[in-house]
Amino acid sequence: MAKRIDVSGLTAYYGSHKAIEDISMTVEPRSVTAFIGPSGCGKSTFLRTLNRMHEVTSGGRVEGKVLLDDEDLYGSGIDPVSVRREVGMVFQRPNPFPTMSIFDNVAAGLRLNGNYKKSELSDVVEKSLKGANLWNEVKDRLNKPGSGLSGGQQQRLCIARAIAVEPNVLLMDEPCSALDPISTLAIEDLIGELKERFTIVIVTHNMQQAARVSDRTAFFNLSAVGQPGKLIEIDDTERIFSNPSVQATEDYISGRFG
Amino acid sequence: MDTSTQITDAPPPAQPPAVDKRAARGATRPGDRIFLGLSRGSGILLLVIMAAIAAFLTYRASLAISKDEGNFLTTFEWNTNAVPPVFGIAVLAFGTVVSSIIAMVIAVPIAVAIALFLTHYAPRRLSGPIAYVIDLLAAVPSIVYGLWGALILVPHMNGLFGWLNDYLGWTGVFSWEGGAPRSMLTVGILLAIMILPIITNVSREVFRQVPQMHEEAALALGATRWEVIRMAVLPFGRSGVISASMLGLGRALGETMAVATVLSPTFDIQASLLDPGGGTFAQNIASKFGEASVFGQDALIASGLVLFVITLLVNGAARAIIARRKEYSGANA
Repeated sequence: MAKRIDVSGLTAYYGSHKAIEDISMTVEPRSVTAFIGPSGCGKSTFLRTLNRMHEVTSGGRVEGKVLLDDEDLYGSGIDPVSVRREVGMVFQRPNPFPTMSIFDNVAAGLRLNGNYKKSELSDVVEKSLKGANLWNEVKDRLNKPGSGLSGGQQQRLCIARAIAVEPNVLLMDEPCSALDPISTLAIEDLIGELKERFTIVIVTHNMQQAARVSDRTAFFNLSAVGQPGKLIEIDDTERIFSNPSVQATEDYISGRFG
Repeated sequence: MDTSTQITDAPPPAQPPAVDKRAARGATRPGDRIFLGLSRGSGILLLVIMAAIAAFLTYRASLAISKDEGNFLTTFEWNTNAVPPVFGIAVLAFGTVVSSIIAMVIAVPIAVAIALFLTHYAPRRLSGPIAYVIDLLAAVPSIVYGLWGALILVPHMNGLFGWLNDYLGWTGVFSWEGGAPRSMLTVGILLAIMILPIITNVSREVFRQVPQMHEEAALALGATRWEVIRMAVLPFGRSGVISASMLGLGRALGETMAVATVLSPTFDIQASLLDPGGGTFAQNIASKFGEASVFGQDALIASGLVLFVITLLVNGAARAIIARRKEYSGANA
């Protein structure tokens, strides 16, 4: 289920602007990898290339390879829609469908994938909400709109929605940046549980968060505004935060950054 | 620190409460007062105008209805010069509602489809010009639509009417005796073309405002473009499309010249939508008002009052539909 991601020589553009250049890395299955770096360094862009969401933006295009186990996501004949069913995503701002109930939000992905019996749907919804540590808070109001929940609950609802379709990889784009510290802690605990089942990649601006939740950390940087972002280094989180091999990483982590 | 928050938070006790209240209403500065007065005045003016129209219609209508020898709601006749006068709005109410329903059934799906195409499928350099052309459609005067309908549309309806009669004639609704196609269906089609721009434009604006994060949520679940529209765009735009349709319906209900030019009016109800005849409120008023006596005018105004009430009811119903699912609307996202 959880798959390895193997990126080689990946470059992404917005129109003629090169956003990230020549990125290669490997993400192990059942691990948490955190992307850190200053704003505009392309870490979110890179994340969105991993489920082919980058090309949704007008002018977005990608060169290079992203292998999920042995399958190239950008190979010819690969449907981006099916890629996104394998690689789930959680966004910066909680975005449950406002017109759907809590139940329907979680079931939304399943309903796209085919016909399920009502009882099957109920089982998956319960399992997913439990998996997102939300079940106890919402089990009595599954038919109420998801937009009535608090921000942290909405984000866990979005996680439940993403894991309901059993993706191989779960991408998280600053999932806690719109949340208070208590909700953030709940999500971080959840990430620790989810990595037993999924390959997780998380973009964060919060370096303590990266240190707390991730096994590996990748540092991205750009040489100047308008220049493409690059992967500076990727290593075990402990090593990145104690003894990084590149000076720029240490400067960034210790707050000595320009 | 504590003292400083106390000073900013609590009002000085010496201040009289009256001043406080006015400050809370935000009307202490002259600019605020003027703006408050202007906006409140506009609101009141609107209510006064509506009340004045309703009062005028009701007064003149009551003069006529009190002398009507037929049943005002069910009589199939309009003879205000007879002694005693006999007139009723049954034919007009039927024709108005039926032609508007036909127009809505045709126009709403097409308008929503065009709006979706412009916002989600068409390349940007194409969607601009198309939207502009649709705007132009809205700018064409209704008498021009009427002339076009009478001179171009009516002569070209024979084929469609024959086809409908052949295949659906057995329903009775689409049977055709071969009269000139100046019937409810032709009127409905013409009205559909006329209300298409307003429904399209409002729907387009609504679809454009769907937050990108909702569309991305659907995309990230592996939704195709159509599924994104079904999951995120249409539910979000639902109340807006209903409002847009009501604007269109309002125009269809009240359309005068185009109907009067195309329809060949009679004072009876045709079971078939294809056979000529029938009438609408606005068309009937327009064609009779010029030659009507004072009493005849009162009778026509009475029919106008009914149109006014129908329009109010339709708007009320639309609001009820929108309000019923308010907590699921995109507004609280």
